[in-house]
Amino acid sequence: MYRNSNTVAISIPHYALISHFILNTIVSIRVENLVKTYGQQNAVNDISFNINSGEIVGFLGPNGAGKTTTMKMLTCFIPPSSGRAFINNMDVELQAIEVRKQIGYLPEHNPLYTDMYVKEYLQFIASIYKLSNSNQRVAEMIELTGLQVEQKKKIGQLSKGYRQRVGLAQAMIHNPSVLILDEPTSGLDPNQIVEIRNLITTIGKQKTVLLSTHIMQEVEAMCSRVMIINKGQIVANGKPGELKQQFSSDIILVVKFNQALSNLQLKELKNLVNVNPVAGAEYQLVGKDEEAMKALVFNFAVKNQLMLSEMKVNENSLEDIFKNVTR
Amino acid sequence: MFSILKKEIRSFLSSLIAIIVIVVFLIANGLFLWVFKETNILDAGYANIDPLFDLAPIIFIFLISAITMRSFSEEKKSGTFEILTTKPLTDMSIIMGKYLAGLIIVIFAILPTLIYYYTVYKLGLPEGNLDNGAIWGSYMGLVLLSAGYVAIGLFSSIITDNQIVSFIVSMFLCFFFYSTFDYLGSFAIFKNTDFFIEWMGISYHYRNISKGVIDSRDIVYFLSLIGLFLWLTKIIFSSRKW
Repeated sequence: MYRNSNTVAISIPHYALISHFILNTIVSIRVENLVKTYGQQNAVNDISFNINSGEIVGFLGPNGAGKTTTMKMLTCFIPPSSGRAFINNMDVELQAIEVRKQIGYLPEHNPLYTDMYVKEYLQFIASIYKLSNSNQRVAEMIELTGLQVEQKKKIGQLSKGYRQRVGLAQAMIHNPSVLILDEPTSGLDPNQIVEIRNLITTIGKQKTVLLSTHIMQEVEAMCSRVMIINKGQIVANGKPGELKQQFSSDIILVVKFNQALSNLQLKELKNLVNVNPVAGAEYQLVGKDEEAMKALVFNFAVKNQLMLSEMKVNENSLEDIFKNVTR
Repeated sequence: MFSILKKEIRSFLSSLIAIIVIVVFLIANGLFLWVFKETNILDAGYANIDPLFDLAPIIFIFLISAITMRSFSEEKKSGTFEILTTKPLTDMSIIMGKYLAGLIIVIFAILPTLIYYYTVYKLGLPEGNLDNGAIWGSYMGLVLLSAGYVAIGLFSSIITDNQIVSFIVSMFLCFFFYSTFDYLGSFAIFKNTDFFIEWMGISYHYRNISKGVIDSRDIVYFLSLIGLFLWLTKIIFSSRKW
């Protein structure tokens, strides 16, 4: 395709050429109608997406939705049953060795050689990539991932957080342009999660990152885009903000008065807006227009000589979207 | 390939497997050759080290199975198999790296037995009066035989993620290829095909080479055996793609 466009360049208008060029250079991961079938079961069922270079994309989905299978296909571990996938325009099936040079992969559960020393292991991985400056890269990775103190230990002696760093270090040692991380923060404590997250955000500035996770806050904190996959199909794909708009329908206003409403007052409020009593003096109001609802509640309170002690908008969180689309 | 080879040898050394195998091999052979009454060279009175070459194939059935049992089983069990196969390495270079590492350890177990050769050489009357051709032929046969065993062991290791299963399968296959065909050939029902059946076994070719006559057919047999099992290993290795 690329070769053709060069030879017939004269007959193509400039803008077409430019857009063609841009499309070819900035798409890091391109997936076309990817299917993976295990026996009768479709683990991944006809998914297509593009990831541009420099994006950090969060791959969400319940367990068994096909996240790991998709990642395994992208990293050439298993071939797709049908459909194609490209990393930097190279086919994962036909140019597997080339593709593997371009990607850094952290598999699920982060498998490591527990009887190797941290430095020894990184040197081994560097030697696989035949890096000319392997010693320097190993030192850089140890510094980047904060393994200085632990570098002389055996991997088996490390805590889970440090093992995860070793996993990330081996994935990045050859400076790949695409990073595929399968649940990089699973099983870590909150501090470690923050550290690993910061690490990924730092790295993600120059690289394309596709990461899978179960933690919604993580996606909101790190990712420029979210893809939600369910039963092998992509059910949502977009920026976190866009998804919220797309999937939000009703606005929920939580209101707390200084005292519980009398039946009469409740009836009056119910005439104005849809009300669900929560507990005590707390009520949930459901409506479409946020501002109008706020005004209405305020006027109601003034009229009935009530005091508003609390009023907050319950935003549709990514978690709700996740629950909705993967049900 | 060399990165895998290096890593395997380091892991053999650091887990002491290599050392244990070499030490056990040398102790067992040393006992049979110099201490035990029935097989003792000193009492036998002949300047040869035949007991070594009779015994080594049997000891290697156990030891080589022990060396190779973890090579793929462990990677599969711990998941590092996925790390290796998503690196820019071809399937064959991973297999060959592991194969050569196993073979090198075995050769390092054989090398010290050259001291036995030197001892018998010195003890000969007159000095150096021994059948050199047969001994060097036997050494070559032993290396080829172990190369075959290592290939069988690798195959046994790739078919399972359980090291014990791999160990037992490997021992069985090595034993089967080493001596079963000899016994089968002696059965009356195989009267007309007995030569062919014996020909299929390792021991027939091993005996031939041990005489000091290097016949290209024997070499081809061993190379085919090695090739067959490495090829089977490759097939199972790629079976994740089915």
